[in-house]
Amino acid sequence: MAKKGKKSSTSVLKRPIIKWSPLFVGPTLAAFILGFIWPFIRGFALSFTKFRTTSDAKFLGFSHLFDNYINAFKDPSFLHAFWYTALFTVVSVILINVLAFAVAYALTQKIKGSNLFRTVFFMPNLIGGIVLGYIWSMIFDGILSKMNTSILLETRYGFWGLIILMCWQQIGYMMIIYIAGLQAVPEDMLEAAKIDGASKWQTLFKVTIPNVMPSITICFFLTLSNGFKLFDQNLALTGGQPFNFKEDGSVVKTTEMLALNIYNTFYGQNTAARGTAQAKAVLFFILVAVLGLIQLRYTRKREVEQ
Amino acid sequence: MAQKSLHAEKVSRTVLTVVFSVIAVLWVYPVFVVILNSFKLNTFVKTNTFAFPTGEMFAGFKNFIKGMTFGNYPFFKSALYSLIITVASTALILICTAMTGWFIARVDNKFCRILYLICVFSMVVPFQMVMFTLSKTADVLKLNTPWTIPVIYLGFGAGLAIFMFTGFVKGVPKEIEEAAYIDGCGPVRTFFTIVLPILKPTLISVGILEIMWIWNDYLLPYLVLDRTKYMTIPIHIQYLKGSYGTVDLGATMALILLSIIPVIVFYLLCQKHIIKGVAAGAVKG
Repeated sequence: MAKKGKKSSTSVLKRPIIKWSPLFVGPTLAAFILGFIWPFIRGFALSFTKFRTTSDAKFLGFSHLFDNYINAFKDPSFLHAFWYTALFTVVSVILINVLAFAVAYALTQKIKGSNLFRTVFFMPNLIGGIVLGYIWSMIFDGILSKMNTSILLETRYGFWGLIILMCWQQIGYMMIIYIAGLQAVPEDMLEAAKIDGASKWQTLFKVTIPNVMPSITICFFLTLSNGFKLFDQNLALTGGQPFNFKEDGSVVKTTEMLALNIYNTFYGQNTAARGTAQAKAVLFFILVAVLGLIQLRYTRKREVEQ
Repeated sequence: MAQKSLHAEKVSRTVLTVVFSVIAVLWVYPVFVVILNSFKLNTFVKTNTFAFPTGEMFAGFKNFIKGMTFGNYPFFKSALYSLIITVASTALILICTAMTGWFIARVDNKFCRILYLICVFSMVVPFQMVMFTLSKTADVLKLNTPWTIPVIYLGFGAGLAIFMFTGFVKGVPKEIEEAAYIDGCGPVRTFFTIVLPILKPTLISVGILEIMWIWNDYLLPYLVLDRTKYMTIPIHIQYLKGSYGTVDLGATMALILLSIIPVIVFYLLCQKHIIKGVAAGAVKG
């Protein structure tokens, strides 16, 4: 909108920069094609073929075009992983956001030591997912072994274990974003509410929360996509255990999430299933991309409103 | 009345401080448990997880020595490769995407807009979508060593970086650059002597985000690197846990402790930048 006004005054720099585009864009574009665009297009194409390696791919033919996708939907472990991931994501999004907001709100009330608390709560983010998984598997097993069981033996332990792990890791991250949002709430607005006799709760819900809506949107979508894309922590904490062996010979790994399910289909014993794995990956991509696009629309809309 | 509510507020703040102190202690407790168990003999890790490593449980530095030489791959080699990959990839990403971000913001033609859109698009693509074909491409092109893997990181991680740089450059007035150009300063020199210093805050934010990502990344290097020759810390730890029937938990905890010490030191040193970087990356991403 405001862009058009700027455009009329084309910079004198524009032409000279374009002359140097091999330097400015060349390396990035080359790496981008190698590391993203080409694998992406090929991955998409492979989902319509039968293959064990990328070089022996055979097109499925038009009558069987969607066979890989049909196989993906027929796979009980994939469907289980989808619902398990969805449930996990809903629970973790709610818990992480509510707790992170509460912590951020409390820490912006000028309490003593709030800087120290912020440092401590953010710390787990620096630790990688694999390491996090092993730290917590040791802790949970330390507790559960007293009851003669293990996190690998029951699905609900694995589920709540992963929830606790993700809360520990992500509350600090979201807290930082909420604090940034809370600090940007205009002081005079809060003051005005106080003078008008609004209670603390009224101020929170009628003034503070509407003002930090952008932060809430960001955190909501960040935790949502983190939940759906979770891999390292899932692999290290339970690796999908306990397994449920079905009568027809198929195995459902009860704590396996989508990303891990796709990985296991790709690199499991049955290399003939790689076409199915690639189809699952495309479906997974569509799911995550749709969430991302909804987010983009949300944030864009807000920008316009402002 | 006003005094009374002031007093009440003071009390509630003190209560909050106490409550948060307790939570903060609980928050660092898992790391503390790692320290305890890294000095504990393996057999006691599972049965006495939360006990101090005293008496017969105490292993001294045995776990560390065992962990470092476990398997047939020395741990310090993994740590070294982790460091090389993180530093080289971050440096490459910063230089290349800063240039591209500036280019996109200043040239702003059709090509730029398409490139920018693809960058935004790449941010929502999960790694599983490209992992199989990417690892094959990397094998064929010999991008499977710690010295060449930065190219892959640049390719897969360019999206967010370009997004952030372009956004920042758009907010910087171009008059300074134009003045420099009119005074006879070419685009390359303009970029390196004038634009790059202005970009410093974004360079730090992007750098922090990339470091945190690459240092902890597991799946990408696991699939791309030639694993018989090169490992990183996350791969090494996963390898120890995954490939042995009975895992030496004490030794694993010793390695985990060794791997998080540098991270925590880095955090304490650059805390301000890290927190700023996270806030900046989130607001835009």
